[in-house]
Amino acid sequence: MSKFEFPPSIRSRPVYGTLEARLGKHHLMIADAEGAEAIIGVATPELMAKTHIIYIPKDTDFAEKLRDLKPAQFYQGPSYAASVQRIRHVLANSHMGLQVYLAGTEGLMGQAQNEAMQAGFPHTAIQTEHRGSIARRMQCVHCKGITEDVEIDPFQCAHCGLNLFVRDHYSRRLAAYQGVCIDAEDPGNVPESKGIYE
Amino acid sequence: MSAAPQRVKAGAEKIDVAVSAVVPLNDLVTRFEFKRRDGAPFPPFSGGAHTVVEMNDNGRTRLNPYSLMSDPGDLSTYAISVRRDDEGRGGSLFMHGNVKIGDEMIITYPVNLFSLDLRARKHLFFAGGIGITPFMSMIAQLERSNGNWELHYACRSESLGSYVDVLGYKYPGKVHIYYDDQSQAIDLENLLDGQPLGTHAYVCGPKGMINWIHATATAAGWPELHVHSEEFLAPEPGAPFVVRLCKSDMTITVREDESLLEAIERAGVDAPFLCRGGSCGQCETDVVAADGNFIHRDHWLDDDEHASGKKIMPCVSRFIGKSLELDR
Repeated sequence: MSKFEFPPSIRSRPVYGTLEARLGKHHLMIADAEGAEAIIGVATPELMAKTHIIYIPKDTDFAEKLRDLKPAQFYQGPSYAASVQRIRHVLANSHMGLQVYLAGTEGLMGQAQNEAMQAGFPHTAIQTEHRGSIARRMQCVHCKGITEDVEIDPFQCAHCGLNLFVRDHYSRRLAAYQGVCIDAEDPGNVPESKGIYE
Repeated sequence: MSAAPQRVKAGAEKIDVAVSAVVPLNDLVTRFEFKRRDGAPFPPFSGGAHTVVEMNDNGRTRLNPYSLMSDPGDLSTYAISVRRDDEGRGGSLFMHGNVKIGDEMIITYPVNLFSLDLRARKHLFFAGGIGITPFMSMIAQLERSNGNWELHYACRSESLGSYVDVLGYKYPGKVHIYYDDQSQAIDLENLLDGQPLGTHAYVCGPKGMINWIHATATAAGWPELHVHSEEFLAPEPGAPFVVRLCKSDMTITVREDESLLEAIERAGVDAPFLCRGGSCGQCETDVVAADGNFIHRDHWLDDDEHASGKKIMPCVSRFIGKSLELDR
């Protein structure tokens, strides 16, 4: 089961929907891991004939199923960092009439949304569907370092080593949630870590 | 919610002006230029803003919105261009027939309901007829910041093409003119195809043109937020009806030739307004009770609100029926 019911939260936390086929001249679909299932859910031969899929499998084996959809173009990347050059290139050569679909983890969708926004695409017109891991991409508000795939709260910053509390405050610009030092007043007094939504 | 500050009196703040120039452009359109009577500079405005011009037509007050079409970088003058509408309610006829250089008039502070989205990578303008006016100020604003824009302007004929000469002379590569009487038409589908990502389209013109551009852009996959339009409605005449104003504790009759808002104002009740054309939302009024049918004409309330019978925009909408009570 790759779908997760997010509990209610503050307005800052992103809300994800369900992909639907929209009218458009070209379609760009970017997904990682179980996000492939969302693409499979929306795919039709007509849609795929105008679709470019950029997919990062992580440790899953959905890539062949996506290829079988016969998209106009298919790219499989080993990581987001390795794929971002291609995403930028596609967006830089896109025109109005493009539709953008993002599916998978929050980190992937947030970063790809950021690229689309910087290319001039309005974030309100980007479709998203969360699938797979509920891990977050976190920014340490103290050292500004990014820690990827954070599943527990609190966690230790991968850059400066501070113990960080996982907040629901999200930055579209950074495509990351805020992590704030949890033991600043009383160093060493850190509650036991648990899953983010537990 | 509107960003406009809460004010004691309805409408935007007013400016005392004198008419400094009256320039006929062609058979239908005349430009009116205003200077402030106190000699101070006008308040700054952005391209696409409008002002409401107060006309004293033989004791009857007319308030008509017109787009400011002068350069936002020049605050010594405000200019509007008015198309004479022989079948209209008389505001444009009054401007054409009665307003002379030196006349003292009152206009409101500018209000912008049709502003540029400055995040756009490119601004694509579509004007139909007198719909050119907001683009005149938008173009002047963008030229100062080296903005990327392109204008597609449809006019009835060469003789009725207001500002075609000046636009074509100053921006030959950016201005495209289409004359109806020469069977020239905007090749919209091809034009929208291939525009750079981040392009915003703006349309001002007849209702049919606005709907055509919205529909064609949507079919081509353009996000709704990237297609902007402005259409001021003039109130339409209709059968007289009686309205009970609960807060003011009075009952008034809306005459055939006036809007509900005008009737409320005539009764001495201070009702909020800004655009008087069904667009801005300021005059939204709660319905306390109604027995009859609403004639909703505004662009502000959505279909559900129209159907609910709980709200009315008195600037352009009317009522037919036994009784209407408003929370005003």
